[in-house]
Amino acid sequence: MTDTSAKTGSSDTWTVAGRTFRSRLIVGTGKYRDFEENAAAVEASGAQIVTVAVRRVNVSDPSAPMLTDFIDPKKITYLPNTAGCFTAEEAIRTLRLAREAGGWDLVKLEVLGEARTLYPDMRETLKACEVLAKEGFAPMVYCVDDPIAARQLEEAGAVAIMPLGAPIGSGLGIQNKVTIRLIVEGANVPVLVDAGVGTASDAAVAMELGCDGVLMNTAIAEAKDPIRMARAMKLAVEAGRDAYLAGRMATRRYADPSSPLAGLI
Amino acid sequence: MPAELSLTVNGEPRRTAPGSSIADLVASLGLDPRKVAVEHNGEIAPRSTLAKVRLGDGDVLEIVHFVGGGHL
Repeated sequence: MTDTSAKTGSSDTWTVAGRTFRSRLIVGTGKYRDFEENAAAVEASGAQIVTVAVRRVNVSDPSAPMLTDFIDPKKITYLPNTAGCFTAEEAIRTLRLAREAGGWDLVKLEVLGEARTLYPDMRETLKACEVLAKEGFAPMVYCVDDPIAARQLEEAGAVAIMPLGAPIGSGLGIQNKVTIRLIVEGANVPVLVDAGVGTASDAAVAMELGCDGVLMNTAIAEAKDPIRMARAMKLAVEAGRDAYLAGRMATRRYADPSSPLAGLI
Repeated sequence: MPAELSLTVNGEPRRTAPGSSIADLVASLGLDPRKVAVEHNGEIAPRSTLAKVRLGDGDVLEIVHFVGGGHL
Protein backbone atom coordinates (compact mmCIF):
# COMPACT_ATOMS: atom_id res chain seq x y z
CA MET A 1 0.00 0.00 0.00
CA THR A 2 1.34 3.39 -0.86
CA ASP A 3 1.57 6.00 1.84
CA THR A 4 -0.78 8.65 0.55
CA SER A 5 -0.60 10.58 3.80
CA ALA A 6 2.99 11.46 2.93
CA LYS A 7 1.69 13.58 0.08
CA THR A 8 -0.51 15.71 2.30
CA GLY A 9 0.03 17.98 5.25
CA SER A 10 3.44 19.39 5.99
CA SER A 11 5.30 17.22 3.47
CA ASP A 12 3.22 18.43 0.53
CA THR A 13 5.31 21.17 -0.98
CA TRP A 14 5.73 22.82 -4.36
CA THR A 15 8.84 24.24 -5.94
CA VAL A 16 9.28 27.19 -8.26
CA ALA A 17 12.67 28.16 -9.71
CA GLY A 18 14.43 26.06 -7.07
CA ARG A 19 12.56 27.55 -4.09
CA THR A 20 10.27 25.25 -2.13
CA PHE A 21 7.13 26.39 -0.33
CA ARG A 22 4.53 24.68 1.88
CA SER A 23 1.75 27.20 1.40
CA ARG A 24 0.05 27.11 -1.99
CA LEU A 25 -1.66 30.43 -1.45
CA ILE A 26 0.00 33.63 -2.66
CA VAL A 27 -1.65 36.84 -1.53
CA GLY A 28 -1.50 40.39 -2.81
CA THR A 29 -0.87 43.35 -0.54
CA GLY A 30 -3.10 45.95 -2.18
CA LYS A 31 -6.48 47.42 -1.24
CA TYR A 32 -6.20 46.85 2.52
CA ARG A 33 -7.44 49.45 5.02
CA ASP A 34 -3.99 49.74 6.57
CA PHE A 35 -0.69 47.89 6.98
CA GLU A 36 -1.81 46.28 10.26
CA GLU A 37 -4.84 44.67 8.66
CA ASN A 38 -2.72 43.62 5.69
CA ALA A 39 -0.11 41.97 7.92
CA ALA A 40 -2.80 40.19 9.96
CA ALA A 41 -4.44 38.87 6.79
CA VAL A 42 -1.12 37.54 5.48
CA GLU A 43 -0.57 35.80 8.82
CA ALA A 44 -4.07 34.27 8.79
CA SER A 45 -3.67 33.12 5.18
CA GLY A 46 -0.49 31.21 5.99
CA ALA A 47 0.98 32.58 2.75
CA GLN A 48 4.74 32.41 2.38
CA ILE A 49 4.77 34.64 -0.70
CA VAL A 50 3.19 38.08 -1.11
CA THR A 51 3.06 40.16 -4.26
CA VAL A 52 4.24 43.73 -4.04
CA ALA A 53 4.24 46.64 -6.45
CA VAL A 54 7.15 48.93 -7.31
CA ARG A 55 6.33 52.62 -7.02
CA ARG A 56 8.04 55.98 -6.62
CA VAL A 57 9.12 56.86 -3.10
CA ASN A 58 7.17 59.81 -1.71
CA VAL A 59 10.10 62.25 -1.57
CA SER A 60 8.04 64.87 0.25
CA ASP A 61 7.27 62.47 3.12
CA PRO A 62 10.05 59.87 3.36
CA SER A 63 9.05 58.93 6.91
CA ALA A 64 5.65 57.57 5.75
CA PRO A 65 5.25 53.95 6.90
CA MET A 66 6.51 51.32 4.49
CA LEU A 67 5.20 47.84 3.75
CA THR A 68 8.56 46.36 4.78
CA ASP A 69 7.99 47.71 8.31
CA PHE A 70 4.93 45.46 8.64
CA ILE A 71 5.64 42.40 6.50
CA ASP A 72 9.21 41.21 7.01
CA PRO A 73 10.85 40.34 3.67
CA LYS A 74 13.17 37.99 5.55
CA LYS A 75 10.24 35.83 6.66
CA ILE A 76 7.84 36.26 3.74
CA THR A 77 9.05 36.06 0.14
CA TYR A 78 8.33 39.30 -1.70
CA LEU A 79 7.25 38.70 -5.26
CA PRO A 80 7.61 42.02 -7.10
CA ASN A 81 4.99 42.43 -9.80
CA THR A 82 4.54 44.68 -12.80
CA ALA A 83 0.97 45.71 -12.00
CA GLY A 84 0.03 48.73 -14.06
CA CYS A 85 2.44 48.02 -16.93
CA PHE A 86 0.95 48.03 -20.41
CA THR A 87 4.11 47.40 -22.46
CA ALA A 88 6.99 44.92 -22.31
CA GLU A 89 9.39 47.82 -21.93
CA GLU A 90 7.62 49.21 -18.83
CA ALA A 91 7.45 45.77 -17.26
CA ILE A 92 11.15 45.05 -17.85
CA ARG A 93 12.15 48.46 -16.46
CA THR A 94 9.99 47.90 -13.36
CA LEU A 95 11.48 44.48 -12.65
CA ARG A 96 15.06 45.66 -13.14
CA LEU A 97 14.37 48.26 -10.45
CA ALA A 98 12.70 45.63 -8.27
CA ARG A 99 15.76 43.40 -8.52
CA GLU A 100 17.96 46.29 -7.50
CA ALA A 101 15.66 47.26 -4.59
CA GLY A 102 15.25 43.80 -3.16
CA GLY A 103 17.85 41.61 -4.79
CA TRP A 104 15.19 39.16 -5.94
CA ASP A 105 15.14 37.48 -9.32
CA LEU A 106 11.86 35.63 -8.68
CA VAL A 107 9.32 38.08 -10.09
CA LYS A 108 5.77 38.22 -11.32
CA LEU A 109 5.33 39.48 -14.84
CA GLU A 110 2.05 40.88 -16.01
CA VAL A 111 1.59 43.07 -19.05
CA LEU A 112 -1.95 44.29 -19.44
CA GLY A 113 -3.69 44.95 -22.73
CA GLU A 114 -6.36 47.46 -21.79
CA ALA A 115 -7.86 49.17 -18.75
CA ARG A 116 -11.42 47.99 -19.37
CA THR A 117 -10.83 44.24 -19.01
CA LEU A 118 -7.27 44.22 -17.62
CA TYR A 119 -6.73 41.25 -19.89
CA PRO A 120 -3.08 40.32 -20.46
CA ASP A 121 -1.42 41.42 -23.70
CA MET A 122 0.19 38.12 -24.63
CA ARG A 123 2.39 39.51 -27.41
CA GLU A 124 4.00 42.00 -25.03
CA THR A 125 4.02 39.45 -22.19
CA LEU A 126 5.95 36.91 -24.29
CA LYS A 127 8.41 39.56 -25.43
CA ALA A 128 9.05 40.67 -21.83
CA CYS A 129 9.32 37.07 -20.59
CA GLU A 130 12.06 36.28 -23.10
CA VAL A 131 14.11 39.36 -22.22
CA LEU A 132 13.73 38.82 -18.47
CA ALA A 133 14.70 35.15 -18.67
CA LYS A 134 17.83 36.08 -20.66
CA GLU A 135 18.72 38.64 -17.98
CA GLY A 136 18.61 35.95 -15.29
CA PHE A 137 15.17 36.66 -13.90
CA ALA A 138 12.81 33.84 -12.92
CA PRO A 139 9.48 35.18 -14.20
CA MET A 140 6.16 33.81 -12.96
CA VAL A 141 3.80 34.96 -15.65
CA TYR A 142 0.19 36.16 -15.57
CA CYS A 143 -1.52 35.04 -18.76
CA VAL A 144 -4.72 34.17 -20.57
CA ASP A 145 -6.23 30.73 -19.92
CA ASP A 146 -4.91 29.39 -23.21
CA PRO A 147 -2.87 26.15 -23.26
CA ILE A 148 -0.95 27.24 -26.36
CA ALA A 149 0.02 30.60 -24.86
CA ALA A 150 1.06 28.71 -21.70
CA ARG A 151 3.38 26.46 -23.71
CA GLN A 152 4.87 29.44 -25.52
CA LEU A 153 5.53 31.16 -22.21
CA GLU A 154 7.27 28.09 -20.88
CA GLU A 155 9.47 28.07 -24.00
CA ALA A 156 10.20 31.77 -23.37
CA GLY A 157 11.55 30.97 -19.89
CA ALA A 158 8.52 31.32 -17.59
CA VAL A 159 9.12 29.50 -14.29
CA ALA A 160 5.39 29.41 -13.50
CA ILE A 161 2.24 29.82 -15.57
CA MET A 162 -0.44 31.96 -13.96
CA PRO A 163 -3.65 31.96 -15.97
CA LEU A 164 -6.59 34.12 -14.97
CA GLY A 165 -9.70 32.37 -13.67
CA ALA A 166 -11.76 35.48 -14.44
CA PRO A 167 -10.92 39.17 -14.94
CA ILE A 168 -8.76 40.84 -12.26
CA GLY A 169 -10.80 42.02 -9.28
CA SER A 170 -14.05 40.55 -10.64
CA GLY A 171 -14.48 37.78 -8.08
CA LEU A 172 -16.35 35.73 -10.69
CA GLY A 173 -14.55 32.46 -9.93
CA ILE A 174 -13.02 29.98 -12.36
CA GLN A 175 -14.88 30.65 -15.61
CA ASN A 176 -13.25 28.01 -17.77
CA LYS A 177 -12.32 24.87 -15.89
CA VAL A 178 -11.52 23.06 -19.13
CA THR A 179 -8.74 25.44 -20.21
CA ILE A 180 -7.25 25.59 -16.71
CA ARG A 181 -7.14 21.78 -16.62
CA LEU A 182 -5.58 21.65 -20.10
CA ILE A 183 -2.88 24.08 -18.99
CA VAL A 184 -2.18 22.02 -15.86
CA GLU A 185 -1.91 18.81 -17.90
CA GLY A 186 0.43 20.36 -20.45
CA ALA A 187 2.75 22.33 -18.19
CA ASN A 188 6.18 21.30 -16.94
CA VAL A 189 6.32 24.23 -14.52
CA PRO A 190 3.92 25.12 -11.68
CA VAL A 191 0.50 26.47 -12.66
CA LEU A 192 -1.26 28.93 -10.36
CA VAL A 193 -4.65 30.50 -10.94
CA ASP A 194 -4.11 34.22 -10.74
CA ALA A 195 -7.13 36.53 -10.65
CA GLY A 196 -10.83 35.86 -10.54
CA VAL A 197 -11.18 34.06 -7.20
CA GLY A 198 -14.07 35.58 -5.25
CA THR A 199 -14.68 33.22 -2.39
CA ALA A 200 -13.27 30.09 -0.78
CA SER A 201 -15.02 27.59 -3.05
CA ASP A 202 -13.39 29.24 -6.09
CA ALA A 203 -9.95 28.62 -4.59
CA ALA A 204 -10.90 25.01 -3.88
CA VAL A 205 -12.04 24.57 -7.51
CA ALA A 206 -8.68 25.84 -8.77
CA MET A 207 -6.84 23.38 -6.56
CA GLU A 208 -9.14 20.48 -7.46
CA LEU A 209 -8.24 21.08 -11.10
CA GLY A 210 -4.64 20.26 -10.15
CA CYS A 211 -3.19 23.73 -9.96
CA ASP A 212 -0.08 24.08 -7.83
CA GLY A 213 -1.41 27.20 -6.16
CA VAL A 214 -3.66 30.21 -6.24
CA LEU A 215 -2.90 33.92 -6.14
CA MET A 216 -5.49 36.37 -4.89
CA ASN A 217 -5.81 39.85 -3.48
CA THR A 218 -9.24 41.45 -3.77
CA ALA A 219 -11.15 38.38 -2.53
CA ILE A 220 -9.43 38.80 0.84
CA ALA A 221 -8.91 42.57 0.96
CA GLU A 222 -12.50 43.44 0.02
CA ALA A 223 -14.18 40.84 2.24
CA LYS A 224 -16.14 42.37 5.12
CA ASP A 225 -13.76 40.54 7.48
CA PRO A 226 -10.50 40.17 5.54
CA ILE A 227 -8.71 38.23 8.26
CA ARG A 228 -11.44 35.60 8.50
CA MET A 229 -11.55 35.37 4.69
CA ALA A 230 -7.77 34.91 4.62
CA ARG A 231 -8.17 31.92 6.92
CA ALA A 232 -11.05 30.60 4.79
CA MET A 233 -8.82 30.80 1.71
CA LYS A 234 -6.02 28.95 3.47
CA LEU A 235 -8.42 26.14 4.38
CA ALA A 236 -10.00 26.10 0.90
CA VAL A 237 -6.63 25.80 -0.82
CA GLU A 238 -5.67 22.96 1.51
CA ALA A 239 -9.04 21.24 1.05
CA GLY A 240 -8.89 21.58 -2.74
CA ARG A 241 -5.36 20.24 -2.81
CA ASP A 242 -6.27 17.23 -0.68
CA ALA A 243 -9.33 16.55 -2.83
CA TYR A 244 -7.14 16.63 -5.94
CA LEU A 245 -4.62 14.24 -4.41
CA ALA A 246 -7.35 12.00 -3.04
CA GLY A 247 -8.87 11.61 -6.52
CA ARG A 248 -12.55 12.37 -6.69
CA MET A 249 -15.28 9.78 -7.33
CA ALA A 250 -16.68 9.41 -10.82
CA THR A 251 -19.88 11.26 -11.56
CA ARG A 252 -23.04 9.35 -12.47
CA ARG A 253 -26.13 10.47 -14.28
CA TYR A 254 -28.49 8.87 -11.77
CA ALA A 255 -28.71 8.03 -8.07
CA ASP A 256 -26.65 5.23 -6.58
CA PRO A 257 -27.46 4.06 -3.03
CA SER A 258 -24.70 4.07 -0.43
CA SER A 259 -26.34 1.38 1.75
CA PRO A 260 -26.53 -2.29 0.75
CA LEU A 261 -29.77 -3.25 -0.96
CA ALA A 262 -29.48 -6.84 0.29
CA GLY A 263 -31.26 -7.57 3.58
CA LEU A 264 -33.87 -4.85 3.27
CA ILE A 265 -36.78 -5.60 5.59
CA MET B 1 30.28 75.06 -12.53
CA PRO B 2 26.79 76.20 -11.41
CA ALA B 3 26.24 76.95 -7.72
CA GLU B 4 23.57 74.26 -7.66
CA LEU B 5 22.61 71.33 -9.86
CA SER B 6 19.07 71.08 -11.16
CA LEU B 7 17.68 67.57 -10.98
CA THR B 8 14.39 65.87 -11.67
CA VAL B 9 13.62 63.41 -8.87
CA ASN B 10 10.50 61.28 -9.28
CA GLY B 11 9.15 63.80 -11.74
CA GLU B 12 9.70 66.82 -9.50
CA PRO B 13 12.39 69.51 -9.80
CA ARG B 14 14.99 69.49 -7.04
CA ARG B 15 18.35 71.19 -6.45
CA THR B 16 21.51 69.81 -4.96
CA ALA B 17 25.09 70.93 -4.36
CA PRO B 18 27.66 70.32 -7.11
CA GLY B 19 29.77 67.28 -6.45
CA SER B 20 26.94 65.40 -4.74
CA SER B 21 26.72 61.66 -5.25
CA ILE B 22 23.52 59.67 -5.64
CA ALA B 23 24.05 58.38 -2.09
CA ASP B 24 24.22 62.00 -0.83
CA LEU B 25 20.92 62.74 -2.55
CA VAL B 26 19.23 59.63 -1.14
CA ALA B 27 20.46 60.53 2.35
CA SER B 28 19.36 64.16 2.00
CA LEU B 29 15.86 62.92 1.18
CA GLY B 30 15.84 60.96 4.43
CA LEU B 31 15.66 57.60 2.66
CA ASP B 32 17.27 54.33 3.67
CA PRO B 33 19.39 53.29 0.67
CA ARG B 34 18.85 49.62 1.57
CA LYS B 35 15.11 49.99 0.96
CA VAL B 36 15.10 51.80 -2.38
CA ALA B 37 16.31 51.36 -5.94
CA VAL B 38 17.56 54.20 -8.09
CA GLU B 39 17.36 54.73 -11.82
CA HIS B 40 19.78 57.39 -13.03
CA ASN B 41 19.10 58.85 -16.48
CA GLY B 42 17.22 55.71 -17.48
CA GLU B 43 19.82 53.22 -16.23
CA ILE B 44 19.76 51.22 -13.00
CA ALA B 45 22.27 52.61 -10.53
CA PRO B 46 23.51 49.56 -8.58
CA ARG B 47 23.45 50.10 -4.82
CA SER B 48 27.19 49.46 -4.57
CA THR B 49 27.90 52.42 -6.87
CA LEU B 50 25.58 55.02 -5.31
CA ALA B 51 28.37 56.71 -3.35
CA LYS B 52 30.65 56.82 -6.39
CA VAL B 53 28.34 58.25 -9.04
CA ARG B 54 28.42 62.10 -9.13
CA LEU B 55 25.25 63.89 -10.16
CA GLY B 56 25.26 66.21 -13.15
CA ASP B 57 23.11 69.22 -14.00
CA GLY B 58 19.83 68.10 -15.60
CA ASP B 59 20.05 64.50 -14.35
CA VAL B 60 16.79 62.58 -14.09
CA LEU B 61 16.36 60.17 -11.19
CA GLU B 62 13.67 57.71 -10.25
CA ILE B 63 13.74 56.43 -6.69
CA VAL B 64 11.36 53.53 -6.06
CA HIS B 65 10.44 51.11 -3.31
CA PHE B 66 7.93 48.37 -2.68
CA VAL B 67 4.35 49.18 -1.86
CA GLY B 68 1.29 47.03 -1.33
CA GLY B 69 -0.10 45.69 -4.54
CA GLY B 70 -1.74 42.71 -6.09
CA HIS B 71 -2.77 43.28 -9.62
CA LEU B 72 -3.28 46.71 -11.13
